[in-house]
Amino acid sequence: MDLPLIFMVLMGVSVLAYVVLDGYDLGVGMLMPAATPAEQSVMVSSIGPFWDANETWLVLGIGILLVAFPKAHGVVLGELYLPVVAMLVGLMLRGVAFEFRMKAQGWHRELWNWLFWAGSFLASFSQGFMLGRYVTGFEDGIGYLFFAGVVGASVCGGYVLLGATWLVYKTEGPLQAKALTWSRWGLAWVALAVALVSLATPLVSETVRAKWFDFPRTLALMLLPAACTAAGAWVWLASGKIRRGTAGIDIQPFAAAVAIFVIAFLGLAYSLFPFVVIDRLTIWEAAAHPSSLKVVLAGALVVLPFIVGYTAVAYYIFRGKARGGLYD
Amino acid sequence: MEEALLLARAQFGLNIAFHILFPSLTIALAWMLLGFRVAYHRTRDDRWLATYRLWTKIFALTFAMGVVTGIVMSFQFGTNWPGFMNKVGAIAGPLLGYEVLTAFFLEATFLGVMLFGMNRVPPWAHIGATALVAVGTSMSAFWILALNSWMQTPAGHVLDGQQWIAQDWFAVIFNPSFPYRLTHMMIASGLTAAFVVAGLSAWRLLKAPSDAGARKTMRVGLLVAAVLAPVQAVVGDFHGLNTLEHQPAKIAAMEAIWHTEKGVPLVLFAIPNAKTRTNDYAIEIPYGASLILKHDPQAELKGLSEFAPDHPPVAPVFFAFRIMVGVGVLMIALSWFAAWVTRRERSAPRWLLWTLAGFTFSGWVATLAGWIVTEIGRQPWLVAGVLRTSEAVGEISPGQLGASLAAYSLTYAGMFVAYMVVLTHMAGKGAQAVTPPPEALAPSGAPLGAAAD
Ligand code: HDD
Ligand code: HEM
Ligand code: HEM
Repeated sequence: MDLPLIFMVLMGVSVLAYVVLDGYDLGVGMLMPAATPAEQSVMVSSIGPFWDANETWLVLGIGILLVAFPKAHGVVLGELYLPVVAMLVGLMLRGVAFEFRMKAQGWHRELWNWLFWAGSFLASFSQGFMLGRYVTGFEDGIGYLFFAGVVGASVCGGYVLLGATWLVYKTEGPLQAKALTWSRWGLAWVALAVALVSLATPLVSETVRAKWFDFPRTLALMLLPAACTAAGAWVWLASGKIRRGTAGIDIQPFAAAVAIFVIAFLGLAYSLFPFVVIDRLTIWEAAAHPSSLKVVLAGALVVLPFIVGYTAVAYYIFRGKARGGLYD
Repeated sequence: MEEALLLARAQFGLNIAFHILFPSLTIALAWMLLGFRVAYHRTRDDRWLATYRLWTKIFALTFAMGVVTGIVMSFQFGTNWPGFMNKVGAIAGPLLGYEVLTAFFLEATFLGVMLFGMNRVPPWAHIGATALVAVGTSMSAFWILALNSWMQTPAGHVLDGQQWIAQDWFAVIFNPSFPYRLTHMMIASGLTAAFVVAGLSAWRLLKAPSDAGARKTMRVGLLVAAVLAPVQAVVGDFHGLNTLEHQPAKIAAMEAIWHTEKGVPLVLFAIPNAKTRTNDYAIEIPYGASLILKHDPQAELKGLSEFAPDHPPVAPVFFAFRIMVGVGVLMIALSWFAAWVTRRERSAPRWLLWTLAGFTFSGWVATLAGWIVTEIGRQPWLVAGVLRTSEAVGEISPGQLGASLAAYSLTYAGMFVAYMVVLTHMAGKGAQAVTPPPEALAPSGAPLGAAAD
């Protein structure tokens, strides 16, 4: 049994779950300034019952990195020390702002609204920035930092897309109409970013270049960009239909946005495999002692189905369109 | 290196000390909420509903603080103590992993149902969700305390090449100090919650003496405290005896016993002097320490010199221990007295209400003091006898550590002020701070949030 490989997959699944799930609520947070106070209340209600569990996937992902790949954990978090701090400060501000913004009055409420936005933005940007640093193997130099900044902005765009399509799904009336417009802006932003990053990554990393420009495999690999484009078109078309009043498909733009993330993630996974730290540590070199991996795997196999099950129950209980006032 | 070690410790200490404030309230408050919820379900008394709603809000606020500071904790191990993971990761990792899998997802998911689902699910499901949140918080305490206790009194491990691995998981988890630490911490949480409940209700009664709900709630807090406070002293005594067996240097530091002696006096107060290795200005009870720790006035106790230089700094452990026990004794006295005064719905005089309000956060003081005893008392070891703290520190530069320390301190200070302001404000308004909706089951598929506003 190839334990490191299994844990790589588990870690990938939790990180992907985190990005999609917390992505939509961070995206909603970043969209807050574009809405009226009444709309903001609806937006917060639409993510209120979920954000805490969404964030737990981050704890799981980081936990697996720590448990299964301790050597990589030290390197990765050592290199990314300050962006991690920035992300954590962002997540903290955003997390407590749910509660505080409704209990504060006057300029205090404005301040917490602002912190809600700023925290969401800071967390999203730092995550993208870290991704940019990570795929380039933490190389130093102004060009690499700039690249990381671009990836940071791209992740913000991606989360805005997720958040906006989530709102299309969870709201109705004028707010939904606004969300449709935001989705299209988000989509444009994502399209530009995906194109830029896909072009730039092979340029900055030789390992990645070798993997993608390896004919004839390259032809098969072109399926990924094609699928990504199709998912993007699906977002566009589905939101057009909802705007024209076709009922019953409110969830489609969100589903399509999730598809974009899944495809991009697969592409990234292909670029990096089998490295945990690109060009430095493979998953087998970084893996922990098999005894601890077995214990955790046994627990994970028993518990994960339950987690998926009760998460589904929670989404079922809070189905339907959101209204304001959850936190009053 | 020295500077990095100091900063890494300061930063970790700040983070965990801030984090533990919130779990120590939520672990027990979750069970009390379950009690309020069930009481309402059985009596249909609106005062229970009002109490449940108010304290659910306070719980939600505290839980959010616990979650976000806990996320920081999950990054702290690898960044600040990479040596810890390299040496004992095969033991610490699974324990932390099980905490995430069995506790964090459970509480985080059902928290949503508990907070916002009262009108969306049948009563049994809502009570069930409240119970699962309580189970989740306690489960989280179980795993993290198993790890911390293992670091104090390691067992069930063997060396495999460069690292320690588990030979017997049962022995690792149920290591010698674990039962004591788990019991002591759970009761500490109970006392923290009980005094917060009683104190904030007293605060409300000072403003609105006729608030029947607040009176009922204060009584609940007082009764819980009156039961738990003496039990905690007994459990603490057993805990200390266990520590004497496994970590005698820690006990010597707690009691400021510098040299091995027979018939050792109990030092009530002193200023331990690390230079002369004696106590200045000591007030002592002759034979006291021998009597308490060995139940024999003539018994011999090992002094710190036996363990030099591998013993913890004395003064912080000594003082923190006295603060904890002092608060514990005051808690017993106050809870018994106040419970007696308020018997059979009698109202408490204003000075007593003021005293209770003043004791609102006494649980935090004792809990932090207790953890300082435990953690500093373990020094210079990170895992007793296995790994030194200085061997575990990472290569983060002092500049980065300092910057993050500043960022965390600032964020925490802001969050803490906001938390306190909102808490006292809500408590002052009492159940009026929340508008109780009729408990009707909304039609299924009803809009999110509609029924809750
Ligand atoms: C699983 C591990 C673990 C857990 C559950 C705790 N600690 Fe701890 N603590 C450590 C692991 C640790 C440590 C990694 O071992 C430290 C870091 C440096 C050190 O000396 O020990 C430490 C240090 C440390 C210090 C500074 C001591 C010093 O620098 O000498 C304080 C004040 C606390 N802790 C307080 C707490 C509190 C309030 C806790 C309540 C939850 C707590 N610890 C739980
Ligand atoms: C160094 C040790 C610790 C780490 C790494 C840690 C980590 C965490 C994390 C990541 C969370 C957030 C979970 C979520 O997303 O819901 C959390 C919350 C929590 N922690 Fe800790 N923690 C530590 C110490 C402790 C201790 C000593 C206790 C109890 C005795 C404790 C009890 C809890 C509880 C009950 C919660 C739930 C949130 C709440 O009730 O406020 N933790 N912790
Ligand atoms: C009244 C008499 C008390 C006694 C005799 C007592 C005894 C002890 C001892 C000996 C330890 C250190 C154990 C070790 O590190 O090996 C300890 C730790 C601790 N105490 Fe107490 N204690 C008392 C009251 C309290 C109270 C009232 C609280 C809080 C409300 C509290 C909270 C704690 C905590 C959180 C710890 C650290 C966790 C642990 O090691 O269990 N204690 N106590």
